[in-house]
Amino acid sequence: MTLLHLEGVTRTVRLIDAPPLTILSGVDLDVAVGDRVSIVGRSGSGKSTLLNLLGLLDNPTTGVMLFDDRPVQSFSSSHRDRVRGRDVGFIFQQFNLLQGRTALENVMTPLLYAEGRAFWQRSRIAAEMLDRVGLGHRLTALPDKLSGGEQQRVAIARALVRSPRLILADEPTGALDLETGAAVMTLLDEVATDSGAALVTITHDPNIAATATRHLRLDGGGLRPVHDPVRDRAHDPALDAVRGTAPATMPDAMLA
Amino acid sequence: MNRVVSNLVGSFVEAWQELRIHRTRVLLSLVGVAVAVCAITTVVALGSVAQQATVEQSERQGGRPASLSMQISQSDGTAPDSAAMQALWETELARYRVGHASRLVQTSQLVQFRDGAAQVQIQGVDPAYGTMHRIRLLHGDWFTAADADRLAPAVLVNSVFYDRIGRPDLRTHPTTTLLGTQNATAVITGVYQATAWDNAPAMYMLADAVQALGPADTLALRGSGQPPSYELWVPPALAEDLRAALTRDVQGALGSTANVQVYRQDYAAYSGDNPYLPLQLVVGGVALLVLLLGALGLVNIALVTLKQRIREIGIRRSFGATAGRVFFSVMMESVVATIVAGVVGVIAAVLIVTNPLVEGFIGQGQVTDFPPFPVEAAVLGLVCATAVGALAGLLPALVAVRVKVIDAIRY
Ligand SMILES: Nc1ncnc2c1ncn2[C@@H]1O[C@H](COP(=O)(O)OP(=O)(O)OP(=O)(O)O)[C@@H](O)[C@H]1O
Ligand SMILES: [Mg+2]
Repeated sequence: MTLLHLEGVTRTVRLIDAPPLTILSGVDLDVAVGDRVSIVGRSGSGKSTLLNLLGLLDNPTTGVMLFDDRPVQSFSSSHRDRVRGRDVGFIFQQFNLLQGRTALENVMTPLLYAEGRAFWQRSRIAAEMLDRVGLGHRLTALPDKLSGGEQQRVAIARALVRSPRLILADEPTGALDLETGAAVMTLLDEVATDSGAALVTITHDPNIAATATRHLRLDGGGLRPVHDPVRDRAHDPALDAVRGTAPATMPDAMLA
Repeated sequence: MNRVVSNLVGSFVEAWQELRIHRTRVLLSLVGVAVAVCAITTVVALGSVAQQATVEQSERQGGRPASLSMQISQSDGTAPDSAAMQALWETELARYRVGHASRLVQTSQLVQFRDGAAQVQIQGVDPAYGTMHRIRLLHGDWFTAADADRLAPAVLVNSVFYDRIGRPDLRTHPTTTLLGTQNATAVITGVYQATAWDNAPAMYMLADAVQALGPADTLALRGSGQPPSYELWVPPALAEDLRAALTRDVQGALGSTANVQVYRQDYAAYSGDNPYLPLQLVVGGVALLVLLLGALGLVNIALVTLKQRIREIGIRRSFGATAGRVFFSVMMESVVATIVAGVVGVIAAVLIVTNPLVEGFIGQGQVTDFPPFPVEAAVLGLVCATAVGALAGLLPALVAVRVKVIDAIRY
């Protein structure tokens, strides 16, 4: 079943005193339930912009984008918010946990925007989800008392607590060391499989990209398939950086 | 419906979490709000308690609205025939179906105390007088019709009198001796509170019993019996008509030598002015100012913390919070905070107003049944707190909905 359908999607942003910047110039993409998609691309190629579109945080400038076979441009603002809350789960590179709130409260957050059973039983559901990611004993821990890997596990629990049909992960292992990153990805893959959700992962790490079943590269404002991400290192930005051919605009964080 | 409830509860939960995290800063600005709410509530409550006290005091003096007083004098200085007058009075009461009426006979009487004899003011009244003037007794009971049949007259003494005879237990039927050419014994059946400025013994007696004591004594042991005056408690709407009718009837019956005056004597006939109004206005105004300053503090905190929270709002939006929900939650933060402050303020106000010291100051020992804390004052305090919270929350809430989600979660 097709969840997302993009055809010739563009995204152009207006700049204050410069000509409009076209970030995406024609993206075609289909995501079905249960899909595992990885997207790689240079820094600044528009990966996050694309992910924001997929997660209904942003609207395409032109092109067709269907969510559940309905054009997203027709959604009212609050309807988009509700669909996002119900069907989409985000995982960010910087975890983006709510500071000052316990792990449990963080995982409960999406349920605050739910209704019925999910809303009223949010505490129990969130606790179960945390247990599921192996943090059942850290319910009351604050984010700054958790390690990076643990924080990302909390974020995964939060993204999955409403059983979304689409999980969007923007460099989920970017702030983690290799080993922890791999463990987190394994976990993410497991829970996504359990809930039957589609998983779209943006990553720099070819090994992480390899865990997906479809591999795509964002380049020049469009998506093209990559057949073997581990071999496809020629365009890996991390390696570009190491070779000293990285674009001048590459953020320091990328080089670190 | 379901969505409304979960949205409401959800906003409340979010607001509460936010307040918990910034509790120190929030607490500080709330002190002002709590103090202001306390002041407003106290002022309003004190006003209505004081008014009640004033009313009670006035009623004890002038009777309840509407009370008519009738005085009769004759141009030749003699008193009208008392038997004829009594018959006329009873006819009038029956004609106009006045249920609560009383004669008033003022006299004085020498009474024997352990430490010597003293003159005691006597008010001769009918049993209805107790209700008409809201008289409350410290001990014992007000007169009943049965008291008229007693051989030894019943008297109700004031607390000064009672203290002077050593506060005997009324169940032992204490008596007192009324001195005269022939001494009489009276039974004390009740005690009432003397006014704060009154330090002379006084007593109530039934009007008939006063008359039975006999005429003025040559040794001046007993005061000369003034002709009674009359009091009626009537519905305020009928007061004016009854006043005119009573004047006409009695004047007609007594002839032109008599001078009949009937007038309203209850406080409501003059004005219902609240003597504390100016003070209330001043304190209320200052409190309102403090309230607004507290609100300003809240706005300030909300705006400062909002800067740090733009990211948080972005995160919430990405997990399904609608713009309306964000607006409402941010607004709720102020409202929840000020309501908490309001409740604290109102509780403080209740403690202040119902404090025995304050009650004593307002009541001057005169208010027997203190009115309970006025609900309208408490409600007003909470409404003020909520309104100021909503006002303070409006600006930050407007800023919060304008947050661009994609910019907020960008790193
Ligand atoms: N709202 C905007 N206004 C101006 N420029 C923007 C805006 N959004 C994105 N851009 C620009 O578009 C380009 C793509 O941004 P995007 O964040 O999608 O890149 P990315 O592929 O996610 O990069 P990275 O790998 O570094 O996260 C960048 O050059 C960015 O500066
Ligand atoms: Mg990005």
